[in-house]
Amino acid sequence: MVNIFEKFIKTFFKNLFRRKKHIKLGLYGPPNAGKTTLANKICEDWLGESMGKVTNIPHETREIQIKEQIVIKSGKKEISFNLVDTPGIATKIDYEDFMKFGMSATNAKKRAKEATKGVIDSIRWLDNMDTVVVVLDATKDPYSQVNITIIGNLEARKIPVLIVANKVDLRKAKMKKVQSAFPQYHVVGISAKYGTNIDEFYQGLFKVVG
Amino acid sequence: MLTLQFVPYSEIEYLSSVGRIRKLLNITKENRIVLLQGRLRKEEETELIKATMEEIDKDFKGIELSVIYPDKKENDLFRKIKRNFVNMLLGDRQGLTIIGPASVVREIKKDPDKIQLFTEEDSKIKKRRKI
Repeated sequence: MVNIFEKFIKTFFKNLFRRKKHIKLGLYGPPNAGKTTLANKICEDWLGESMGKVTNIPHETREIQIKEQIVIKSGKKEISFNLVDTPGIATKIDYEDFMKFGMSATNAKKRAKEATKGVIDSIRWLDNMDTVVVVLDATKDPYSQVNITIIGNLEARKIPVLIVANKVDLRKAKMKKVQSAFPQYHVVGISAKYGTNIDEFYQGLFKVVG
Repeated sequence: MLTLQFVPYSEIEYLSSVGRIRKLLNITKENRIVLLQGRLRKEEETELIKATMEEIDKDFKGIELSVIYPDKKENDLFRKIKRNFVNMLLGDRQGLTIIGPASVVREIKKDPDKIQLFTEEDSKIKKRRKI
């Protein structure tokens, strides 16, 4: 009986003082790169539920979304984090672009207004992040200034970055171009939609978080 | 007609961050393309995006932004330190920043060695040709 009690006390204190990494992990990137698709994949893998709505219309995520207490494990290592899915960062928003998807003018204008606010919120939240996953669309030009500005700002704030080249399942995806655009960063090519290379992504996350 | 306005670094050198952003955004809102000598600080670039978002309305759709910067792969540590020191004292005058109103500039494509500016006029001509 004493032995069991002793064991319980030991385990209790061991767990209490074990250094557990708990961080705020942000998903950043341009609109329609697949941030919410990746957020959903992470949440489905480790919580068994999804996080947000995904559509092919840009700026679907217009508010910061947070999923708390996600724990991912690999062997003896584990990372505990709050996942922050942010609205896509853009330099221009034209409500007429939304109308091309069949939206009424009123709804398109409303969406554009919410989207501009979302971009501002994303930038404001940069300072709150401990680690950031920059999600890029591998089929698009990686040299866009938005990508460079986001990554440059994270570098200036000394926030660790993992770059994800998403949509590698598409024929137009150019993984090497993304790698050569950001040679100083670890770049993982994935398809968040189909789960391709998702284990490599988790390994990359362990490396970046340290 | 496209109007390009060159802004030497000396014109923004003594302005506050807010002042710099205001000046550049005001030129862009007059439908002119800014060619700024050098570049803004990284934090100022995000502030420029924020300020742009705050001003989007039915007439102003935002901006296209691109920075051309000389090759940063510098092996000589002394040169690197010297450049950083000069940048710290005098501001980053190297490179060129292009800021265009989104209603005029549709896209700026950048390969490390070349820059392509696609205007809204180009896309209209293309559409007309297709018809």
